[in-house]
Amino acid sequence: MKKFIVLVTLLCIGSIGFSGFTKIETSLDGYKIGDTATDFKLKNVDGSLVSLSDYKKAKGFIVIFTCNTCPYAVASEDRINALDAEFKEKGYPVIAINPNNPNVQPDDTFEKMKEKSAEKAFTFPYLYDESHSIYAKYGAKKTPHAYVLQKEKNKYIVKYIGAIDDNVRNGAEVKNRFLANAVNELLQGKKVSVPETKAIGCSVKA
Amino acid sequence: MKKYLHLFFGLLLLYACKESTNEVVLAEVPAVNTSKGSIEVVDFSGLQKQYLEKESPALLVVNFWATWCKPCVKELPAFEELGVAFKDQGVEVILVSLDFPENIEKGVIPFIQAHGLQNKVVLLDDSDANSWIPLVSKEWSGAIPATLIIDRKGTSHFFEQSFSFEQLEHEVKLLL
Repeated sequence: MKKFIVLVTLLCIGSIGFSGFTKIETSLDGYKIGDTATDFKLKNVDGSLVSLSDYKKAKGFIVIFTCNTCPYAVASEDRINALDAEFKEKGYPVIAINPNNPNVQPDDTFEKMKEKSAEKAFTFPYLYDESHSIYAKYGAKKTPHAYVLQKEKNKYIVKYIGAIDDNVRNGAEVKNRFLANAVNELLQGKKVSVPETKAIGCSVKA
Repeated sequence: MKKYLHLFFGLLLLYACKESTNEVVLAEVPAVNTSKGSIEVVDFSGLQKQYLEKESPALLVVNFWATWCKPCVKELPAFEELGVAFKDQGVEVILVSLDFPENIEKGVIPFIQAHGLQNKVVLLDDSDANSWIPLVSKEWSGAIPATLIIDRKGTSHFFEQSFSFEQLEHEVKLLL
């Protein structure tokens, strides 16, 4: 019996350990890990146009599709500011993009984006995907939906797709900072160990 | 006999694995009662045990929604209509609210009453969505509304989309 318990324990550990390495299969359209992400030229809340190519010194980017209205996006605002503070200087600035169509989601207008950015003192560009085309190319299905891109020979390679961390609702109870871990691994020249994660979010309203 | 022996050890293994990972599973939370009404609150393993894996009705339709999710609220009447129209054929509808637990008293319960929801509503309070979203479906990005239909054989059919009653009726008829 003892042997059996040992066996069961080993099998359990095995299955848990293995599941950690199992890549989550997705049937999402849009980018997969390793794909080259498109650059864009989108209007920022300060009126300027922002492209990835503007950032000559960046090593990569944290691109987050988010919006003014979704409670999960709102719950993430402070954490997005914190990510920018943590990683901008290290070469991975945050770029936030609102993919929603204000005709469908009335509080996601460009004007209200400006208000949101000022009110929450966003330190990063908050761009408006006015043609609602960039989010579709990336394959963002919801807000917030995050991507980490690494610059390689002037291409932007997708290295991480998914959630900011393991507790969208409550930043104080986060145990695993998925996105920050991914960026730190890239900064250390390592492969991202958990390249895809999932979180609940509001469907993109375009 | 051999078959049953395998099954027995399989179950034992499952049970043992479950035990070993129990510490990371949130404790089940009972119903939250307020002066205005009550709602059952479950974590994901509770949802699985009590609803998703129970002796299945002809068809179990599980809709993931929230009071703040506009397309979810818009499609709720279709699920209500479905619950009534297919009740006699053994179709069961469960509305799984992903509202924040702190919003139960002021948001969720008043919403259920104002809309007179007849389907069973449970609130899923399990913050580590990355662990359970793939268990609902590997296809799920995490966006809501999302709907899972489990047929008589226990096979899951997943839809990350909004439904009209006609669309829902179509899927249900195909799977019944």
